[in-house]
Order: sequence, then structure tokens, then C-alpha cells
Amino acid sequence: MAQTYHTTVGSRRYRFSGLAELMAKATPPRSGDRLAGVMAESAEERVVAQMVLAELPLTTFLNDALIPYEQDEITRLIIDDHDAEAFAPLKHLTIGDFRNWLLSDHATSEALAAARPGITPEMAAAVSKLMRNQDLMLVAKKCHVTTAFRNTIGLPGRLSTRLQPNHPTDDVTGIAASILDGLLYGSGDAVIGINPATDNVAQSIKLMRLMDDVIQKYEIPTQSCVLTHVTNTLEAIEQGASVDLVFQSIGGTEATNRSFGFDLSTLAEAEAAAQTLNRGTVGRNVMYFETGQGSSLSADAHHGLDQQTCEARAYAVARKFNPLLVNTVVGFIGPEYLYDGKEITRAGLEDHFCGKLLGVPMGCDVCYTNHANADQNDMDNLLTLLGVAGCNFVMGIPGSDDIMLNYQTTSFHDALYARRVLGLKAAPEFEQWLAKMQIFQDVSTHRLNDQLPAAFTNSLRHLPKGSD
Amino acid sequence: MPKQPTQETTAPIVIENPWERLRAFTDARIGLGRAGVSLPTKQLLAFQLAHAQAQDAVHCPLECEVLADELTQALGLSTAPLAVHSRAEDRAMYLQRPDYGRRLNEASRQTLQQAAESGQRFDLAVVIVDGLSALAVQQNSVPFLTALYDAFGRDKNEWQLAPLTLVEQGRVAIGDEVGALLNADAVLVMVGERPGLSSPDSLGLYMTWAPEVGLKDDRRNCISNVRPAGLAYEEAARRLLLLLTEARERKLSGVKLKDRSEDNVLEGGSGSTRNFLVAD
Repeated sequence: MAQTYHTTVGSRRYRFSGLAELMAKATPPRSGDRLAGVMAESAEERVVAQMVLAELPLTTFLNDALIPYEQDEITRLIIDDHDAEAFAPLKHLTIGDFRNWLLSDHATSEALAAARPGITPEMAAAVSKLMRNQDLMLVAKKCHVTTAFRNTIGLPGRLSTRLQPNHPTDDVTGIAASILDGLLYGSGDAVIGINPATDNVAQSIKLMRLMDDVIQKYEIPTQSCVLTHVTNTLEAIEQGASVDLVFQSIGGTEATNRSFGFDLSTLAEAEAAAQTLNRGTVGRNVMYFETGQGSSLSADAHHGLDQQTCEARAYAVARKFNPLLVNTVVGFIGPEYLYDGKEITRAGLEDHFCGKLLGVPMGCDVCYTNHANADQNDMDNLLTLLGVAGCNFVMGIPGSDDIMLNYQTTSFHDALYARRVLGLKAAPEFEQWLAKMQIFQDVSTHRLNDQLPAAFTNSLRHLPKGSD
Repeated sequence: MPKQPTQETTAPIVIENPWERLRAFTDARIGLGRAGVSLPTKQLLAFQLAHAQAQDAVHCPLECEVLADELTQALGLSTAPLAVHSRAEDRAMYLQRPDYGRRLNEASRQTLQQAAESGQRFDLAVVIVDGLSALAVQQNSVPFLTALYDAFGRDKNEWQLAPLTLVEQGRVAIGDEVGALLNADAVLVMVGERPGLSSPDSLGLYMTWAPEVGLKDDRRNCISNVRPAGLAYEEAARRLLLLLTEARERKLSGVKLKDRSEDNVLEGGSGSTRNFLVAD
């Protein structure tokens, strides 16, 4: 009983057979939707679709599930967890009015936070399709999502970083060298997080121990994470490993997640297991999720939806499990899904907006691959825009070059650029540590110490032989 | 009048990092130094050059015949490898249509059907796929397969191998179609991974038990970064053989088959297992 939508522009009659098609055709252009065959066929058709979408009541999305309730546990999660009371102030609005409300002075940070449980991912995706980049930034900046484990992430005026010391063979000295480089450039308050070269339990435990040793020895108010499969981390916990955060890549359909080898019950089990360890000092957010437009189509699990709508549905999965960090790895998937710098930029701003609107602690891996039509200038632009929009965290990697995953993301230097040019700071507990350790001469002006801080001089004496 | 050199300051414009010597232990771009908080010009340009080279590597084609000859000789094959092609006609189409890169074109299907006419079953089909770096495949296929064939030769189990296959403009999943057509119980795909700035030559290994068209990533096991400066050929072959053996015993692959090689902790390349940051 999918509803058909019609409208006439000039002499031309447009017809959209169903909500999914209307949503897809209203989406700003990107290669993944072209690949899926769901993109608007002309620029005019796209704007017409946006106009039709703008007239739809928000309640449409509560009555017309894009993926049937019976078929998909994420649809069930979205519908079953919808909070009618929080939705009450919005329920008379159309999508077009919703955009006006979000931008209006009625939508204070408090009002936006109160509305969160009443907003579904599809509503967020729909309104984002009508919004310009500046709208996405303005509203996202009003949405404060703060989380905590050993420090506090997402406070207004703060921009945290994930220190990502990946190494192609997980070499201990190589990883430690990148960790040191990052710490001495003020990186690592969101998490020190390693993508292991090999996805197995013993390897993960080795890397967890490596990071935990560093965090304990230097008393760093941050947390560690090995980005291995959730079932590996569960095994590591059973074996008594030092697990701070549990990682998993997630998608917005049940079939996507099944292709990743887990379902919602796995995540519930993982959150509970990590919380029993009680390793957080100022908070109990123990999950780290990564997402990215295109993953559902890539797994052939998109149900005919556009990729941005699938992505927004992943945030329903995320918010169920109280994550410390959610990271849209926006440019990693490649040009089949986001072709160039312009498409990557738009997607990054959409993801950040939708995540924040839904109450997810959103960060962004501002990144690209060597087969995409993008470069460092595109990354500078997106990093700056996300800093303006109040993004919780970005990546930090030596010289922008991930030598394990073979892509480029933001560097330690880039994060300091963003903090300087936008007047942003690290997480408060971490900022105090940076000052105490004399990593900065002056943390408030982002002035680094020209000398090696005393606490680290001794460590360099313990390098393996043959280094001098 | 000539300008007098200013002498009020001896502070350098570019601040070097005292830990720069750590670069001996990793290819990561650490200890770059800084101008203010920004990259020094020298480091900026070195990065731009590497990016330009990596972009060029994506578009370099696989020299199929050369590789086929090298493999035939090095491995002592009795018949030359089968050369096939995906449905993506060229690189531009390959980059925009991953669905085409996952399926064989019609002529290639016929080639493989003919090769499998006898109906004989094989334990493993090895499929070499250009992926995003023909360079990786060109450079690493011979030494890796030499190591793998050695490992098979020493193994207590016997391994019946299907004819070796080379695929142009292919993605990982195309191996499932090849393996199914060749009546193989398992498939190994050797694919050129997306080129990185420091590693335009990285080979990825993907193993699937009971290959068939339409399988997803959760059915595959992956060993990544096989190359001279990454995971050594012998070690990659050893770990792959353990995976294959367990897959054959349990008749499954993917997330249900965890990588449990006895010594499955990578030791890295520096020869040290000690974390210098916490040494006392």
C-alpha cells in the first residue's frame, strides 16, 4: 500500500511511487545513489521531490516504514523506542516546517535535546535533504551531545581527537612511536584507537595491553580501543583483557549488520560486558561505533533506500547503546559511493547533523582514498566546516597518512590548525594533562613546547638498539 | 644600501622534533616538525608527491601475459593460468560500478566452464585479481605463491589445486564466482589493495569456504598487507594454511572461523616486543 506522490511543475507531471523513492530523489547528488539506481533523473526532478517532501507531515514516517517492521529489527527499534511525548511539540509539523523550526529561535539547545527521543532517523534524513550546508552546521552546533569515560567529550567549544597509531604489522615500537608523536602534538583525548593489522583475539589483547600500559604510566585521562570485531572484544573481556571501549562498525539495516556478523543482541551483550569492568572514572559510555554512507549498498542490504537514509538509521542503532564516540568514516568507502570532494563534504555535514539531532556523540573521519577525486584541500575545507558545526572529534594520524589502512585522514597538525583558527580546546581533563606534562608552553594559545617534555626524555633512552 | 640581516632572534622558524629518530622504526610520518603548528614546506611537498604517485598507481594496468609467464615458470605449472575479465570494461567503469567488478563477463564464464568440464572437484582455487593496485599483484604474486606452494608441499594434508586464474578489473567477490565455476571447496583471492601513500604495493588475501555468487564479507577471512615492507610471504602463507586447514575441518569460513593460528600475535618488524614508552 505504498502511497504514490504526484505534482505538476509547469506542464510536466512528476510521480514518485512511494516514500523511499521520494526520499532518494530528494537527495543531493552522489555516486552511490546513482549506482543503486535510485537517484533523481534530472536536477528539476530532485528539487520537485524536495518540494513534495517538504509538504509531508512528520507523522508520515511513523505510519509508513521505509523497511517493513516485520523484516528489519532496526525498523522495530526505531518504532518501538519512539517517544510520543517528546514528539508532541513537533507532531503537527511538515518536513518543511521542521526545517524552519530547527533553524528558529524556538529550537534552543534544551528544546532540541528534549525533542531527541521523538525524532526518528528518517525524519532527520528527510529534513537534511532540504537543508543547505550552512543549515546543517547551524543546527548541529545547537545540538550538544556530551559523553564521558575517563574524560568528557563533546562539550561546547571543544574538539577532541582520536589518536590512530596504526601500523601495518602491529609492530610494538612502531605503534609506540606514533602514540608518542601524537601525544606530543596534543592528540588522543577522544580515544587512542588502533585498527589491528590482523583481526584476532590474541593480537587484540596484545594491543590493548600496549595502550593500557601507556595510559597508566603517564596517567593520561583518556581511553583505549582496539577496533576489532565485537565478538573478538567479548572474548577478550572473558579472558580478562584491559578493555576500555568496545568497537563495532554498524549499518542502518539488519541485513547490513548481519553481513558485518552481528545483530542488536550482540551489541547489548557487549555493552553490558564492558560496563561490568567499571574502568571509566568520570562516565560509563563504553561503546565506539563507526558508520559511513554506502555500507548498506555495498553489502547489498539497502532495500532500495538512498545511502544517506540508511546511514541515519545506523544512528538509531548507535544511540540505543550509549556510545562514547560515533565516527562517520565519510570518505573511506571510495568514489563508487562518494565521488569527489564536494560529495564527501556534503555527506560529512549531513552525517554530523543527523547524528547530533538524534543525540549521537558524532565525530568524523575527514578522509579520502587515493582512487577518489579528492585531495588535502577538500579535507581542509570539511575539517574547518565540521569545527564550525561543533563536531565532537576528528582523527589524528601522523602526517595524514594511514600506513595500515591506506587512506588519508586528518593529521595531528590539522587538529591543531582547527583548534587555533576556531578557538577550540581539547577535552577539559586532557587539556589539564597537556599543561601538567608541559607538552604545551601555553595550552590556551595552542603553543607547543619546543623542547622534549621531561617525562618523555627517559623513554627515548629505552629505544631498541640500532636507533642512534 | 644593503639590508642588514636581522639578528634579534636565534629561534628557528621550523621547529624540529627531538624524537625524529623514531622514524627508523616506522614508515608513519612521525617527527615531521612544524612551522607554528603547521607542516614545514619540505614535508608538505613530500606528501604531495606521494599522493600524486598513488593516484597514478590506481590507473596502471595489469600486465596479464607477463605475470602468467612468470607464474608458469616459477611454480612449474603444467598449464598456463586462465586469464579472465570482469564485467567492468575499463578502469573508469571499474571505479564507478563495483557490481560489475564482482562478476565475470560472459566470455570469461565460458572459459571457466570449459576448464571445469571434467567435473573434477578441487580443494582450493587460487584467484589473482588486480583490484586497485595492479602493481601489488605484479610484484607479490610469484613470491607469495612460491611460499604457499612450499607450505602445501610440507603439509600433512593433500591439497588439490584448481587451475590458477588471473582476473582483470576485478573485486574480491569475483573470486566466489570463479571458485564455484571451477568446482572448488574453497577459494583464495589475492587482490591488489587500495594504494596507500607509503604502500602502493600491498596485497590482500581473502579466503572463502564453499564459494558461490552473492556471498557477503562475513563469509570471508582476510590477511592484509602482504608485501616486502609488510607481512612477510612465508608468514602470510603459514597463517593462510592454518585458516584453510581449519576451514576444511569445520566446513565454514568468515566470522565463525576466528583466526586462531597458534602463534597468531604478529611480532612486527623492529625485532622488539618491548614498549619503549613504558620501559623503566
